[in-house]
Amino acid sequence: MSRDEFIWMAGGPQGSGVDSSANIFARACGFGGLHVYGQREYHSNIKGLHSYFHIRVSPREIGAIASRVDMLCAFDADSVVRHIWEVNAGGGVVCDSEVQVKKLSEIPTLSASFREEFQKTLEKKGIKPETVGDLLNEAKKNGVKVYAVPYLELLKLLAKEIGEEKLSKLTIMTNIMALGISFGIINYDKKYVVTAIEKIFGKKAKIISMNVLAFNLAYDYAAQHYRDFGFNLAPVQTDEKRIFLQGTQAVALGKLAGGCRFQSYYPITPAGDESEYLEENQIFELERSELKHQSGSIIVMQTEDEIAAVNMASGAALAGARAATSTSGPGFSLMVEGLGWAGINEVPTVISFYQRGGPSTGLPTRHGQCDLRFALHASHGEFPRIILCSGDVEECFYDAARAFNYAERYQTPVIHLTDKAIANSTKSCKMFDPALIKIERGQMLSEADVKDKDYKRFRFTESGISPRIPLGTPGVVFWNTGDEHNEYGHITENPEVRTRMMEKRMKKLELADGEIPPQERVNFFGDEDAPVTIVSWGSPKGAILEAMERLRQQNYKINFLQIRMPHPLPKEYVSKILGKARKKIAVEGNYTAQMAGIIKEETCIPMDYFVLKWNGRPMTSDELYDAFLLILQDKAPVRQVLMYGT
Amino acid sequence: MALKITDYRTPLFNDWCPGCGNFGILTALQMALVDLQLQPSRAAIFSGIGCHGKTPHWVNAYGVHTLHGRALPFAIGAKLANPDIEVIVHSGDGDGLGIGAGHFVNTGRRNIDLTYIIHDNGVYGLTKGQASPTLKLGMQTKALPKPNMNEGINPIALALAAGYTFISRSYAFDVAHLKETIKKAIAHRGMALVVVQQPCPTYNNINTKDWYSGEDRKDPATGKPVPRVYKLEETGYDGVVRSPEEMIPKALAALEKSQEWGERIPMGVFYQNELVSTYQERIAQRVATYLENPPAKQVISDAEGKPITDISKLLDELKVTG
Repeated sequence: MSRDEFIWMAGGPQGSGVDSSANIFARACGFGGLHVYGQREYHSNIKGLHSYFHIRVSPREIGAIASRVDMLCAFDADSVVRHIWEVNAGGGVVCDSEVQVKKLSEIPTLSASFREEFQKTLEKKGIKPETVGDLLNEAKKNGVKVYAVPYLELLKLLAKEIGEEKLSKLTIMTNIMALGISFGIINYDKKYVVTAIEKIFGKKAKIISMNVLAFNLAYDYAAQHYRDFGFNLAPVQTDEKRIFLQGTQAVALGKLAGGCRFQSYYPITPAGDESEYLEENQIFELERSELKHQSGSIIVMQTEDEIAAVNMASGAALAGARAATSTSGPGFSLMVEGLGWAGINEVPTVISFYQRGGPSTGLPTRHGQCDLRFALHASHGEFPRIILCSGDVEECFYDAARAFNYAERYQTPVIHLTDKAIANSTKSCKMFDPALIKIERGQMLSEADVKDKDYKRFRFTESGISPRIPLGTPGVVFWNTGDEHNEYGHITENPEVRTRMMEKRMKKLELADGEIPPQERVNFFGDEDAPVTIVSWGSPKGAILEAMERLRQQNYKINFLQIRMPHPLPKEYVSKILGKARKKIAVEGNYTAQMAGIIKEETCIPMDYFVLKWNGRPMTSDELYDAFLLILQDKAPVRQVLMYGT
Repeated sequence: MALKITDYRTPLFNDWCPGCGNFGILTALQMALVDLQLQPSRAAIFSGIGCHGKTPHWVNAYGVHTLHGRALPFAIGAKLANPDIEVIVHSGDGDGLGIGAGHFVNTGRRNIDLTYIIHDNGVYGLTKGQASPTLKLGMQTKALPKPNMNEGINPIALALAAGYTFISRSYAFDVAHLKETIKKAIAHRGMALVVVQQPCPTYNNINTKDWYSGEDRKDPATGKPVPRVYKLEETGYDGVVRSPEEMIPKALAALEKSQEWGERIPMGVFYQNELVSTYQERIAQRVATYLENPPAKQVISDAEGKPITDISKLLDELKVTG
């Protein structure tokens, strides 16, 4: 275990409070000035199946999980069995003393395929544990410290202290006690945890005081009994303003700041959190002094399906509001026809698209980056679209706002593509700065501009952009149709008009390509002249940067091109960078290396190596480090498939 | 200056089949707009795909010809973003009750203040006459190779079950009645449905103009046809709910009336209930400024493009250091 960072994992049955424990743990570390990165993994299930939360804390900024655990805080036997081999030598396991007697064969939530794999591991290790206790003893031989906590005894103490007779009413307190034990073992300053508890439970004073009491009791117990861990987590002094949030919240905040005033959605994992957060915060204050008395608001519509969701957003956008919808792969599949309508009618509809493992329902709660090609090609026919890919929680904020600028400037749909790993990663970020956002509404005419004029919504222009007016503008009308249309928006099948109208629409993509500078479309890290270039997009960013840093410390020269706008792709810039690289490595969370394919198509430059992962779990910095090292040492196959994950 | 019917026309050639019921619907709509003296730029006509879908192109008002079955979601988005727009949605029977049936039902739950006109001719005209969801079981219209194997949807009963607060039927070739019904629908506070029985002279050779007007059953005494369509209003039927106690009895009466078809087809308002809150009112209960400052009218930046949304409170809630 590296000496200044710490990886804590909470695992337990879904619905048992793993999330809230992890949330308190992470915030407590954040309040102590540490950088925090968390990843939530869960089954498509409401109660009972295994879920876990990786929390990594460090004095340095981090953007990925690692393939190891320093402390496993297991809420049930299942979690011990699943994660025991991930715990470092010198690391610890915190569990209920009562799970030790549990027979391994009697844990119903472990699937047949897991059991099979697990059996193979046991055979390989030449061990035959029968109970969870036996398994923990094996781990102890590897230098793992086991803290089997008598939670029942601790609950009795708590019950006595607060005068509660029914123990069953207090079992919910086991979660906060597990936190107390964890923090007690690593001797972390209690005050940050108390702050976190207060923050999470808000105004519920009674609940706060009970949680603080339970936390203290467990903390003191650990400090007294578990003194052999040998690692203390120290807070860090910092003046930097930081926030702690998950990807979906960053997108929602970006939308609010960016002026989004209408959002429609149909419930889907992992996109749903974003719309719920928006609805919760649908009324907000305004900064401009003369509007101070007024509040702003966003309408959040839960629709009957994703077809309605995308088309309602387009309807609102036609009326002049900045409008968006938010979904994942299966929902986007239903939106495809609506996307085409927005394309031919030049409507600035924004779609936030959180990828997950597909096809079909696929891995509904697991990560994937398999929809880039889909986002790029969805819908029949040809029309311009802009695709933005964010690489982390912070980028989500600024990109979510920028998406509307592109949509309105080029009057065309914009797809903001993120993924489950970003949606459900929680991260401490530098305070967002809304002042960095600029709102550009493109060519929008007012009532005065069009008064007594022959207004043509789809007027042929040099740039391809026809100045628009919101539906409902007095003194004028326009027509829209999904049919090919003339400048007024009336149906036409005239071959010449068709030719020109297609050109007009498609020209907007060229315009966007010419106008949007490369710095808005790629991130580049490292020395341009490095002989090795990593090319990636989306959530692998954090793991790549960390792996690169480790390799840099070993004097390897390597750079990283992160594509943020795959369409239109900044071809010249990408070609320039790739032209200098001797080894080009594509890193993607899909089977077919979709971005590498698009780059090859656009620049004729092929990648030399592929590091891919599609098991539904995000990439870790360790597995990328290992994969890159093999490539740098000329020992790697062209294609490496990453497997880490439980 | 008062608006005339020509103010609501566009100079485009109308390519519906001669004798199409759509002509009656288009005329009735334009006449209703004249009566209401609604400025063309205040009205937005939405449509789906099918013969009815071209309606907006022949009306001088904002016209949005959308996707097959999807007119409602587009219209709802626009209406909620700017509630000042008078939104009138047209749909076909295949469009609104087949491919768009999910939107038909869910729109009833919301009671959004808009008008929804279904052009019901029992067939898919533009694709050459297949059976639509309202064609009755066993019917074999001209283009069908075999009789229809599905029972027809009853749009009146379905609307009642879905929660529509204004449910009416009219007939494409009784333009005066249709115009008045459309005006009532527009005036209704909430979601208003007008089902329009519409002969399709090309593909529906059963429910023809002559069939509706009873040319096949002349009164032996007078020698005059006995029309199948009759007006509810003339029978003393009153579907308007005036107190909460009337809600269930009036709904049941409407349901009973909705079952009449064939020899006697009721026209008029089956059910109207303005005691139910509209969706706009429900939003305004949560967001007090909604009606005066709806999404489409909100200022989002200053002249330099600086965002004016103040998210500092939300950021503060997420703050961990500094």
